[in-house]
Amino acid sequence: MAGKDLRIEFTSRVVTAQILPFGFLILIMFGLAIPPELLVVGDARRSVLEEVAPALFWLAVLLSALMALGRAFAVEAHDGNLDALRMAGIDPAGVFLGKALAVTAELVMVEIVLGLGAFVVFDAPLANPVMLAVTIVLATAGVTLAGTLYAALAAGQRARDTLVPLLVLPVLAPVLLGATLATRDALFDEPGVAGWSWTMLLAVFALLYVGVGTLAFGPLLEET
Amino acid sequence: MIQPPGQIPWPSHWFAGQNCDDALYRGDVSDGEESTAGPASGAEGAEALIADPVVELDDAVSLIDRFPAVAGLDLTVHKGDIVLLRGPNGAGKSTLLRLCAGLAPLSAGQGSVLGHDLASRVGRRSLRRQAGLLAHQTFLYDELTVEENVLFWARANRIDTASVEPVLDRLALSNRLKRVKVSNLSAGQRRRTSLAVLVVRRPRLWLLDEPHAGLDVNGRDFVDGLVKHAVAFGATVMLASHDFDRAAEIATRTVVIDGGQAYDQAQPQALREDEPNFQPPAEATAANGSTEANGSTEANGNTEVDSGVAPAAESG
Repeated sequence: MAGKDLRIEFTSRVVTAQILPFGFLILIMFGLAIPPELLVVGDARRSVLEEVAPALFWLAVLLSALMALGRAFAVEAHDGNLDALRMAGIDPAGVFLGKALAVTAELVMVEIVLGLGAFVVFDAPLANPVMLAVTIVLATAGVTLAGTLYAALAAGQRARDTLVPLLVLPVLAPVLLGATLATRDALFDEPGVAGWSWTMLLAVFALLYVGVGTLAFGPLLEET
Repeated sequence: MIQPPGQIPWPSHWFAGQNCDDALYRGDVSDGEESTAGPASGAEGAEALIADPVVELDDAVSLIDRFPAVAGLDLTVHKGDIVLLRGPNGAGKSTLLRLCAGLAPLSAGQGSVLGHDLASRVGRRSLRRQAGLLAHQTFLYDELTVEENVLFWARANRIDTASVEPVLDRLALSNRLKRVKVSNLSAGQRRRTSLAVLVVRRPRLWLLDEPHAGLDVNGRDFVDGLVKHAVAFGATVMLASHDFDRAAEIATRTVVIDGGQAYDQAQPQALREDEPNFQPPAEATAANGSTEANGSTEANGNTEVDSGVAPAAESG
């Protein structure tokens, strides 16, 4: 399932030609909209843009993820492929994990490129690259696992394109919070920000949705 | 060009019944769920393990967005039957095929297909692996090539991918076409690709919705040959077709679907939609006085009309 989805992406290049430029546009628009004023944070002086860079990065990632998730289920909803998946008798948990894995791979690629862009646009420092890498992996897993579940829920609906953001964004609020604060710690290494604690929250969230998704995807696929 | 059936022997493993080592037809497919098919050994086992009747619907209702597309339908289909479903657009033929594939819900009544209870979620899931549906949709990924599509669905169905190449070859999809993306194919070529997936799956119950649509003469001949050979090797076929003359030639029985209900018709040529005097069965029989329309109202609110052609469930 993951191989098939990645093959479709390799052929159609939707992530590289549409989702990635979309994420970049968001970063640039944020960069243009936020004034280049300096803030005093503790002993440091940072620009507003630098200060909000982690939040803007993860917002850009979330919005890009919505597109990737919508795309992942659009190919299944097209021409009855969800019915064919049901008829194939594939283990629904395998479908869930396979699709989540493919979207994760696509999104990590988007994040690496967006991250490099963010460092340029927002002029951000990097104090703890290991924490940043762990945060990216865990947050991305959380986003795709929860997103895959809710995107599947919306896949059979006529209004799925507008339904997915409504369902997914509120659920991903803890991921946005945890990822932003952990990234902030990874960038600035501020005292008082427990970055590793936030990565633990991200890990728990991802594990929770591995369990929920594995159990719920079968009935969900049945009803979609 | 598609090789016409009859001129070249059909690879026996495509249909794999009595004399072939084929798990699907032997009935020993293990999907970890309920199955009426037990262990099999050899040809006699294969014959015995396929449930008969293959399809048994009793007052079956299937709601699609609250609309009873199948409305109190009785139908019995026996192993080896080639049942032609005919009726006007919107009569419920496609929904009936989806119901028999385990895709449409059984909202009321009783039904079992290949021994699996349609009212049970587990039963429907088990059924789906053994039924094959050729629908209006192609069930193909536009971005993948013909070969990638057929290989994916073979793997998804846990079928040996070695069987893919001969099937592509047989359907004239093995040359340059197999590396063409499905989005670049003509309607007929897509249909052939969908057929290739169906053949690779080797289902016990073939559910064909307008199988001749979009195909040229060779393709239509191929479908007819495919149906006959599948049945010869132990499968059962239900097909809905507006290509009535062609479908009637291969059908062993015709069932008229109208208003979500089924009426058996012994002589397929008797009624034709394209003839000026065509009438739906209820109207036709009421008009010629051959039977009484009793107009009794069933518990589900549908009016059952005794059309004079035997109810499908009572014939066979």
